[in-house]
Amino acid sequence: MTPVLPEKQYDTMLLNVGPSHPSTHGVLRVLVELDGEVIVRAQPDLGYLHRGIEKLCENRTYHQCIPLMNRLDYLAGEVNNFGFCLAVEKLLGIEVPKRAQYIRVIIAELTRIASHIFWLGTHAHDLGAMTPLFYGFREREKIMDLCEMVSGGRMFPAYFRIGGLAADLPEGFVEEALAFVKDFPNKWKDYDTLLTENPIWKKRTVGVGVMTKEECLQWGWSGPMARGSGVDWDLRRDNPYSSYEDFDFNIPLGTREGDVYSRYLVRMQEMLESAKIVRQALEKLPKGDIKVDDPRISLPPKEKVYTDIAALINHFKLIQEGVTPPAGEVYQAIEAPKGEMGFYIVSDGSGRPFRVKIRRPSFVVLNATDKLARGRLLADLIALIGTMDIVLADVDC
Amino acid sequence: MHRAVDFLQERFPEDVLEVVEFRGDTTLVVNPKAIRALLTALRDAPEMGYKYLSMIAAVDYYPAEPRFGVVYNLYSHRYRDRLTLKCLLPGEAPVIDSVVSVHATADFHEREAYDLMGIVFKGHPNLKRILLPEDFVGFPLRKEFPQRGQ
Repeated sequence: MTPVLPEKQYDTMLLNVGPSHPSTHGVLRVLVELDGEVIVRAQPDLGYLHRGIEKLCENRTYHQCIPLMNRLDYLAGEVNNFGFCLAVEKLLGIEVPKRAQYIRVIIAELTRIASHIFWLGTHAHDLGAMTPLFYGFREREKIMDLCEMVSGGRMFPAYFRIGGLAADLPEGFVEEALAFVKDFPNKWKDYDTLLTENPIWKKRTVGVGVMTKEECLQWGWSGPMARGSGVDWDLRRDNPYSSYEDFDFNIPLGTREGDVYSRYLVRMQEMLESAKIVRQALEKLPKGDIKVDDPRISLPPKEKVYTDIAALINHFKLIQEGVTPPAGEVYQAIEAPKGEMGFYIVSDGSGRPFRVKIRRPSFVVLNATDKLARGRLLADLIALIGTMDIVLADVDC
Repeated sequence: MHRAVDFLQERFPEDVLEVVEFRGDTTLVVNPKAIRALLTALRDAPEMGYKYLSMIAAVDYYPAEPRFGVVYNLYSHRYRDRLTLKCLLPGEAPVIDSVVSVHATADFHEREAYDLMGIVFKGHPNLKRILLPEDFVGFPLRKEFPQRGQ
């Protein structure tokens, strides 16, 4: 007599990770099909944070778009404005004064450090290491304070303007920022000792989420994601904008085959390089104007608005009609903390953009979720979402 | 003149319709029927090296006809330069070939263009809405779509 065996089960299980799961960094839902603990299929479901920023821009003057751009990748708010302002300036055919370019670089690189610290803290936290988050937020808080100094805003400084900056650096900023970047490499060692040789960290990250160089290009990866696989490409060096050619910095590349650990190493090194750039920019900070001297683009100084009728008219015209670039189409990309952030602006010659298309790095990277997760364990999915360094406001736009 | 212009005009003499230079960006207006062949040629020819598709943008040029533009932004890591291809599609039933088989990254970009602008990408493996809910009616980035709710 044959024994009665339990019926074999071939069914897979569907599991929702998110939309409100602590490791999805916002409102990402990943529909995971599981065979036991192995992922058969992982399908990201986006759009929970879609605000229609591209559509909203079409009814605003170019300057009114700036607060919207802050809210794309909110961990690096000012970098989005950097790209947008550069795109509009390209459309206008102007270049901002050297001092403004340097200050923009300083703010953008400080923001990059803050963004990478946030990534490091949350990524490590997702994988069970609590401490980096606390150490990292110590430094991030200082960067937020520096942002607050220049504009009053911490997450969303809205400090950049088309044609320059809203105001010059406040008194004491240069000293405080210099003190921060000089001290930062010492603080950075704290993160490094906590994770780099940590056996648990390595077990969770080495060999997970491997992408080859060719695959990175196929899937449109840029920034630290691509450099982790050895793609030697950085827009700051290869297509320099805003005086990046004046600074001396290295492009860290992943030494391994392009796994989560390799991207971790790249981002860690990038923080130090950013600190190096900030230091050089602060030390070489040129004197001069902080916005272009063109009444069609820059607002007149406030004291003139109160005393001079022509300046008052100029002020009102600029606020109500905005800057009017010629008709045309431009694409401007910058190296944001998360990769290539691009702005494609179509102008019809009026004061409002006809179409703004934003190339968001987080959105592109998420495309490869299924490729990375397929055949891996469910626990690896958390490491994969962490390594992508996505911000859902950036994904959904 | 951009180095890709001669390359494409030699191989696809019928398909390059217009060359636009503006602020250092080169845009080639090309025949929508040839887009897949053009992108494949630009990707595979070693002297071009456009292996990286930066983005696909859909533009509504209403009231112009052909009304829709589909813009492909390419980057060559070897030569460190960009090239933009643009296809113009009619307002009635805009359809174009999907390029997912050429660049894997086109998947999300094409779904987004379908979702927000209503452009149909023929041959896309999974062409459905990506940002908006599946039962959403209309394509919000089209010019006739109101900015505010009714």
